[in-house]
Amino acid sequence: MSNATRPENGTAVLEVRDLTVHHGQLRALSNVSFRVYPGEVYAIIGANGAGKSTLLRTIAGLHHPAAGAILYDGEDVTGLRPERRATAGIAMVPEGRRLFPSLTLEENLKVGATFAREGPWTIERVYELFTWMKDRRNQRAAQMSGGEQQATAIGRALVANPRVLLLDELSLGLAPVVVQRIYGMLPQILESGVTVLLVEQDVTQALRVATHLQCLLEGRTTLEGRPSDVTAEQVEAAYFGMAGAAAGQGGHPGHPGQPGHPGEGSEP
Amino acid sequence: MSAVAETTARSAEKYRVTRSRRNVAWTGLGALAVVVVLALFPYIVYSGTTAIMVQGLIVLTLASMWNLLAGYAGLVSVGQQAFLGLGAYFVLIPAMHGLSPFTALPIAAIGAGVAAVPLWWLISRLRSGYFAIATWVLASTIMLFIERFPSIGGGTGMPLPGFSGFDPVLLAADTYWAALAVAVLAMAAVYLLLRSRLGLVLTAIRDDEIAARSSGARVGLARMLVFVVAAVGCGAAGGILAIDQLQVQPGGAGGVFSVQWTAEMAFAVIIGGLGTIEGPILGTIVYMVLQQTLQSYNAWYLIILGLVAIAVALFARRGLWGLIDERLHVRLFPVGYYLWAPGETRRRNGRGSPAGPVGPGGERGNKPVSRRARRRLD
Amino acid sequence: MAWVNAIIQGILTGGLYALFACGLSLMFGVMKVVNLAHGDLAVVAGYIGVGIIASTHMPFLWSVPVVVVIMAALGYALQRTMLQTALSRGELTTLIVTFGLSIVIENGLLQFFTANTRGIGVGSSLVSSSFKIGSQIQIGWLLVVVFALALVVLLSLQYFLSASKYGRLIRAVADDREAAQLSGADYRHVFGIAAAVAFGTVALAGVAYGMTTVIQPTTGTDTILLFAFAAVVIGGLGSLWGTLLGGIVLGVAQQIGAQINISYEVLAGYVVFLAVLVLRPQGLTARRSQS
Repeated sequence: MSNATRPENGTAVLEVRDLTVHHGQLRALSNVSFRVYPGEVYAIIGANGAGKSTLLRTIAGLHHPAAGAILYDGEDVTGLRPERRATAGIAMVPEGRRLFPSLTLEENLKVGATFAREGPWTIERVYELFTWMKDRRNQRAAQMSGGEQQATAIGRALVANPRVLLLDELSLGLAPVVVQRIYGMLPQILESGVTVLLVEQDVTQALRVATHLQCLLEGRTTLEGRPSDVTAEQVEAAYFGMAGAAAGQGGHPGHPGQPGHPGEGSEP
Repeated sequence: MSAVAETTARSAEKYRVTRSRRNVAWTGLGALAVVVVLALFPYIVYSGTTAIMVQGLIVLTLASMWNLLAGYAGLVSVGQQAFLGLGAYFVLIPAMHGLSPFTALPIAAIGAGVAAVPLWWLISRLRSGYFAIATWVLASTIMLFIERFPSIGGGTGMPLPGFSGFDPVLLAADTYWAALAVAVLAMAAVYLLLRSRLGLVLTAIRDDEIAARSSGARVGLARMLVFVVAAVGCGAAGGILAIDQLQVQPGGAGGVFSVQWTAEMAFAVIIGGLGTIEGPILGTIVYMVLQQTLQSYNAWYLIILGLVAIAVALFARRGLWGLIDERLHVRLFPVGYYLWAPGETRRRNGRGSPAGPVGPGGERGNKPVSRRARRRLD
Repeated sequence: MAWVNAIIQGILTGGLYALFACGLSLMFGVMKVVNLAHGDLAVVAGYIGVGIIASTHMPFLWSVPVVVVIMAALGYALQRTMLQTALSRGELTTLIVTFGLSIVIENGLLQFFTANTRGIGVGSSLVSSSFKIGSQIQIGWLLVVVFALALVVLLSLQYFLSASKYGRLIRAVADDREAAQLSGADYRHVFGIAAAVAFGTVALAGVAYGMTTVIQPTTGTDTILLFAFAAVVIGGLGSLWGTLLGGIVLGVAQQIGAQINISYEVLAGYVVFLAVLVLRPQGLTARRSQS
């Protein structure tokens, strides 16, 4: 993926600021911060239970943070209901696909299109992206395979014409070949002006598609940077939390509360 | 291995688990005193007053049972009038064959309990909302079935024999004492039940049914037992009702199978506090006050009772007792467990950490989780 | 031949029962709310109809859509306020609230309208006229009209759910509320629409019922709620046409019972209901796997 330099004073399309989220009695996220700029593919990696999905769900509005803020195009949306965020342009493909099982493929897409914004994506264009879909449009969602469901879920999010697309654990439960094929669609999605924030357990896959990444461990940021700037050892250390291996140039082992790159703007 | 055993033994010495925070001997004494005073009423007040109290005691019994069902077993029944009616008829029929109605009371209670078993089997698989309507259907069906028999009064009802020649004042007193006994027994039964293993199982089910099942709790059996116990209690109350009214009438307003009874017991429990033993007492008092002040206005007291119950269910879930409990942290009838750290004692006014019981809907006992922390985005 | 008459009567009545039942079924399917006040709402609609006709003297046929619209609006409002709050508190609270509503409505009607029965005047020609098939079978026109009405409503409901935007949204929200939110749907609004539809159908059913017989405050539960529930269970949860089948079975059972002994009518229906509960609890049309 292209390593475009980040506009120093530009507005991030999505910013997460000092986010702290509780999940029941546990602290799922502690002081997580980052910015996503237009056109990027920002990947959040980390082991199971690191807080990645909670992060995405909080951004989508399904969780309420205990502290911190979420800014969309510079505006604070932390208090906005999930459906309002969706109509504003933040679309999420949830973990486990979460298609509407009793609806057909096309009906799932139609639901996604019900409150769509203006934009290039239509149901027809989704059919062009995933060529097998048109023939199967009347198939019940519950009867599709995992990969087909994943593609449909992405399509359902796309037809809303979002500005930010949140992808939660695309690779879960899918064969590697299928995962690769799906991630292979990313360029076409980005071309249409969509920014992508994704969560992945599969580090290799994430590194392959991301322009920027952040690693979470037990709810805290342990690494942040560009894939080209971090070494495999740094990633491993950040992923598993081994001290002493995190030093290195370019990649910035994050501390809770600090944004990643120096020079990215220091105002709160 | 021995290190573990050692640590465990040491911890066991230091930490204690008790059933209540304060010394409940006082509460027990107080309850006994109240019962004794109540028992003396026929000597102190007019029989008109005891007649009113009989009504209250009936509702108290019913309310305790409904509370047991809905507050602890999670079973919402709007058909408890079925057992009320059965209890009344199970007193009527022996009385028609010469048995004293008072002697028939235990028969009525047990009979209602026995009837509950096949009824449970019929509807136990239904989900909560449909379970509720099904109880209503069952009550209606039983009523329609009983109305088929003119020998016990058919659709119009039948007076209760067995008291001819009784001194009315004595009868009123006897009725009162019987009602008091039934109410006290009902509450004692509920209290003991909840302190027993069954109570623990019920709490476990309410917290997490799947986890409870996998740790061996016989969920279905526990629920059935509760259903049967509630039927017994309602049956006994029905017997008292028959004795009090000196007749048994199946349908119509005030009939033994009228859904009004369920409305009264349910609303009393909700207003008083669902899921607590003290709640039904408070709720019954509220109900009696309302009924006495509004009795000349027919259906009004039910309307107001219903509206208040709705408001309480929506905005003050734990009812009146819940509000009191929050302020004073009192449990008159302790059924939970408290954990005391080493060094904490009751005499030093320790607070202990409540480890249950859990209120309806899953909220913890004495320290309700703050609304904000619990509130989701919707 | 009295038996054939009875069976036909039962089938036609079944349409009315299905009309009662579909709103109950819809609310449960979408919001997981068992509305214990469902039947009473039908009675309220009947009383509203009577009141409107009495005060404005508008022709009966005009009052029907008015009543339906009023009730639908009431349904939306009630859902967005009371029922939504109750839902967020839990299933227990919802049951208590709807039960409370049922009691309040019934006693409120009793208080203001007394226990006297009311009927909705349709115009005597329609009520009493009937037609004959052959020489022995006599069918009242009114009942046929009501059955036709029920069919129309069920068909419209099915079309609404399967082909319209809100119907799709309702199905989506019923499937997965969160995923629907992620697609931009405010589920509270969708719930409101579903409630409005449910209230509208039950209002229609109430008016139709008031045409065929008389209504009184307790009709809501005695007759409507319990019959609607029985129809749903007999037919099978979650199936619109199953509800029609259930209603028909219930109606036929009742009429056969009445043939044996006029006072067996309602009891016969309940006996069949209990039998289904024992022998085939998932209902007549449901697949084996449903529970």
